[in-house]
Amino acid sequence: MDWLGILISGVKIVVVFSSLMLGVSIMTWVERRVSAVIQFRWGPNRVGPWGLLQPIADGVKFIQKEDIIPTDAYVPFYLAAPMLAFVPAAFAFTVIPFGPDIDIFGRTVKLVILDMDGGVLWGFAATALGVYALVLAGWSSRSKFSLMGGLRSSAQMLSYELPLVLSIVAVVLVSGSLRPTEIVARQAGTIWNWNVFGGGAQLLGFILFTVAGYAETNRLPFDLPEAEGELVSGYHTEYSGMRFATFFMAEYINMMTSSALAITLFLGGWHLGFPVPFTGWPLWILEILAFVVKLAAFQFLYVWVRWTLPRFRYDQLMDLGWKGLLPLSIGNLAFTAILVAFGIVGK
Amino acid sequence: MERIAFCVLAVLVVASALVVVRHKNPVVAAVALAFNLVGVAGLYMVLHAQFVGLLQVIVYAGAIMVLILFVIMLLNLLEEAEPHPAGTFQRWLAPVAAAAFAVTIGSALWRSNPPAFPPVPEGFGTAASVGRELFTRFYYPFEAISLLLIVAMIGAVLLSKRRLP
Amino acid sequence: MIDPRFVLLLSALLFALGVVGVLTRRGAITILMCVELMLNAGNLAFITFARSNGGPEAQIYVFFIMTLAAAEAAVGLAIVIALFRLRGTTDVDEINLLKW
Repeated sequence: MDWLGILISGVKIVVVFSSLMLGVSIMTWVERRVSAVIQFRWGPNRVGPWGLLQPIADGVKFIQKEDIIPTDAYVPFYLAAPMLAFVPAAFAFTVIPFGPDIDIFGRTVKLVILDMDGGVLWGFAATALGVYALVLAGWSSRSKFSLMGGLRSSAQMLSYELPLVLSIVAVVLVSGSLRPTEIVARQAGTIWNWNVFGGGAQLLGFILFTVAGYAETNRLPFDLPEAEGELVSGYHTEYSGMRFATFFMAEYINMMTSSALAITLFLGGWHLGFPVPFTGWPLWILEILAFVVKLAAFQFLYVWVRWTLPRFRYDQLMDLGWKGLLPLSIGNLAFTAILVAFGIVGK
Repeated sequence: MERIAFCVLAVLVVASALVVVRHKNPVVAAVALAFNLVGVAGLYMVLHAQFVGLLQVIVYAGAIMVLILFVIMLLNLLEEAEPHPAGTFQRWLAPVAAAAFAVTIGSALWRSNPPAFPPVPEGFGTAASVGRELFTRFYYPFEAISLLLIVAMIGAVLLSKRRLP
Repeated sequence: MIDPRFVLLLSALLFALGVVGVLTRRGAITILMCVELMLNAGNLAFITFARSNGGPEAQIYVFFIMTLAAAEAAVGLAIVIALFRLRGTTDVDEINLLKW
């Protein structure tokens, strides 16, 4: 039994998971401040300098709220749904490489929790399992708004999984492997070598993946199922207190996972994109930081889009998915296949 | 180590199959089937067939089961009623017959004496090995099954369209 | 190491449970779910033999069976929806117009 290896894996899991939770709490603050800036108002500024302690206040508020369970609800699924939303989102993060191979005391440690041969598929499978939480939450609340919201949310997620996976397939075609570490390794070098630019000619694929990612995570402009005017908060209408907070956290972690996948597949993962004159520890820390900065930029983009664009109506949303994104992603795949067959890009 | 994983997954799979077969509420049965499928996918991964295992989670547990759950909720199926009184004999005969069936198949499989598992060959179960065979030896079946999928899609859409007056 | 015969026994057990479900349940959709259970049992047996013989052929058969199950589930559910619209119920004991 490789005890040291197990210990290192344990440390990686703890580090990734706690960074995710920290990211979630930072995101609540970022969301409220950035939306305030966009809407020309103050935002939270009471709790600590610039409202930086607001997430703590929010957490305390959620914990001390009364735990309401509707009388008619189907209790096992009602209680399980928030956990079911949370776990797959966190699971998908295990295959994402967040840094280069580092050398600790003569032992090479890969900065990815699970270096699977089908890693990209694992990330996608974990996202696909997140649909159950929506359906079960909507059904078990025994409320018409919840059921409609749950059904619409899951239909939306299923429909947008198709362009998502087809753009992933185009990247896999270019990289010749399903392993995220290999996909990232192929994008080494300058910024031009990233998959989105010259290295893989995947600009269209990147746009498709990002748009589908917005729909997958139920964020605006695709958040009709949770919109208040239309569906009284959709599938999480009947949830309050800590359970609602769990759904909230699950949504933010989904956002981070989707952005992390996009960064790994299209934007060169942890690569810097420009050469630096030093190697060893400073370079490794810089590369981990590069990954975090890219992730943060994506989160900012999520918040920016949310408060800028109006919401899609549900039939417009489904039309966009099936009649717009799907043909485009198939076209992208065909075009990439031609490029790879003639050796212009990829292996 | 593999034995522990196998035993845990086997218990999960059999328990959820029992819930599927016995529980009156169809939504609970559907969720139990989803657990079953994820458990079977875990068994595939214990047997080193990772690609097929991941496909099982994505296709079976992630798409087919959600489709079934959708239809159950759209049709608003309530709990199943009590069984028809005239069918009691059949309801008691079914488990007996299935048990006899299981014993027959089980003993046939046991006696077939499959060779013990060899050490995992290089590249077994990866997407590359499955894909290579799929696009060379099994090319015609592959095209045939894509045709089948198109036909199934068209058929499903046509069958469930609402007749407009 | 795992004895392949135990995995095959598990597959036979799952198949038998699926058969009990198909024979006993009343809702059309739950019968479809038990059919999926039987298909899975078959897939499990295939993968066991793939592991003991070492080639990718059996995994390709599993791939095809999964695709087939998806197509069958889609068409089967469409039929159930059409039936529900016609008769108002999915209870197979009530759908007996052809009974003589």
